[in-house]
Amino acid sequence: MEFLQPTTWEEAVETKAAHPDAVPIAGGTDVMVAVNFGRLRPARLLDLTRVPDLQQWDTEDGVVRLGAGVPYARVIGELGDRLPGLAMAARTIGSPQIRNRGTVGGNLATASPAGDAHPALLAADAEVEVASVRGTRRIPVADFYTGVKRSALADDELVAAVRITPPSGPQQYSKIGTRNAMVIAVAAFGLALHPDRRAVGTGIGSAAPTPRRAPAAEEFLAGELDGLWDSRAELPPATAARFGELVAGAAAPIDDVRGTARYRVHALSVMARRTLTWAWAEYRKGETRCA
Amino acid sequence: MRLTCTVNGTEQLVDDVWEGESLLYVLRERMGLPGSKNACEQGECGSCTVYLDGLPVCACLVAAGQAEGREVGTVEGLAAGGELHPVQQAFLDAGAVQCGFCTPGLLVATDDLVGRALAEGRRPADAEIREALAGNLCRCTGYEKVLDAVRLAADRMAEEAR
Ligand SMILES: Cc1cc2nc3c(=O)[nH]c(=O)nc-3n(C[C@H](O)[C@H](O)[C@H](O)COP(=O)(O)OP(=O)(O)OC[C@H]3O[C@@H](n4cnc5c(N)ncnc54)[C@H](O)[C@@H]3O)c2cc1C
Ligand code: FES
Ligand code: FES
Repeated sequence: MEFLQPTTWEEAVETKAAHPDAVPIAGGTDVMVAVNFGRLRPARLLDLTRVPDLQQWDTEDGVVRLGAGVPYARVIGELGDRLPGLAMAARTIGSPQIRNRGTVGGNLATASPAGDAHPALLAADAEVEVASVRGTRRIPVADFYTGVKRSALADDELVAAVRITPPSGPQQYSKIGTRNAMVIAVAAFGLALHPDRRAVGTGIGSAAPTPRRAPAAEEFLAGELDGLWDSRAELPPATAARFGELVAGAAAPIDDVRGTARYRVHALSVMARRTLTWAWAEYRKGETRCA
Repeated sequence: MRLTCTVNGTEQLVDDVWEGESLLYVLRERMGLPGSKNACEQGECGSCTVYLDGLPVCACLVAAGQAEGREVGTVEGLAAGGELHPVQQAFLDAGAVQCGFCTPGLLVATDDLVGRALAEGRRPADAEIREALAGNLCRCTGYEKVLDAVRLAADRMAEEAR
């Protein structure tokens, strides 16, 4: 096995082009489990932890550009104010040790339907910035997931960053698991309100072959909220309940060791209704941010 | 491949490291530092917790080469000058050690937690302790004594710092 350690982004991208079979390793929290258990024996590991560009985030024209290699602990600590939805999701990931290493870039490249960053990124309409020697492209996150643990990333590409316009309204993240730490989601739901563009963002986790949005639920709710954004009036409980049903209707879950499809659908309707209730209550108070 | 890194303040150099090896394996099998334990090799148990550049991580999930040139701190580095570290002493005094397998990881995680809290001039709250130790599994103690030990360590270290 070869251990490749580029120290610049250009070198990383060139190395990946020269060795498309090289397996990138960032926090290693997915890769090393597979290596330790003999499930992965790549000819080459491509260590990305020495590429400074990947460890940074910045904002350009109000858009947060989050380097693929920023660990969750920093997303929570440094971006909790700007991206509360992603930070909430990040807080549910693994344990402190895992959050000190694991990255959003790694979560994206693994593209597990249960990955916790996905629902938050979907709800926020994030874009994934991927790059190769051929150039850079931005992929709307909803198009990034192409199948169970499959993504739009080509063999010679690396995830450079994820670009997120901080949603202008409240965000929520809800996850079902057996305990508060160290659980793969049985089902998860991310919500973002976008009062600036009178829209609603959703993300479903662990209840379909890929993370996905619930477009019918988004449209329904945007329609219902049309008269409420300005008045900040109370949300009729029936609206929240219907939203929950529509979110559940967008899922296509399976039975597995973690839960049954029926339970997942039910859980989603409850999580969607509750997160909407919390987010709307926060919106009514006129607060748009909570970390 | 060759690996050089600083472990507990001492420069270490080891050869013939396999590229797919974990930092945990290197510490235990190549550097003669078996304090960090290997129980799951998948990040679930925390018994391999070490500091990497000051942050607690699971050594089993760090590829050896990722530690090149970095600072590693293990449980062996806690006690200075033949005296137990206050966190270690607190675990003994509180009865938080039974089989001891989880202890090295808990000690490092506790040292990090208490260190951070005291640096901010406060003791860790109970909820914070639970959260900070959520990645460290113990099959013996039932955790109550562990929580006692953390509180005791924080009290003693706060006292010492005054
Ligand atoms: C104990 C434990 C608990 C966990 N709990 C959770 C949880 O609660 N929720 C959750 O979502 N996940 C969880 N995970 C999974 C894992 O932590 C996440 O998927 C994490 O985001 C992976 O990031 P990483 O940097 O560690 O990725 P790595 O393991 O380094 O890489 C993961 C994948 O991404 C590729 N990759 C990494 N960076 C790039 C890049 N820049 N460009 C292209 N490809 C790249 C790698 O080749 C690999 O295929 C857990 C893992 C463990 C071990
Ligand atoms: S051995 Fe590393 S977490 Fe269990
Ligand atoms: S004391 Fe035995 S596992 Fe914790």
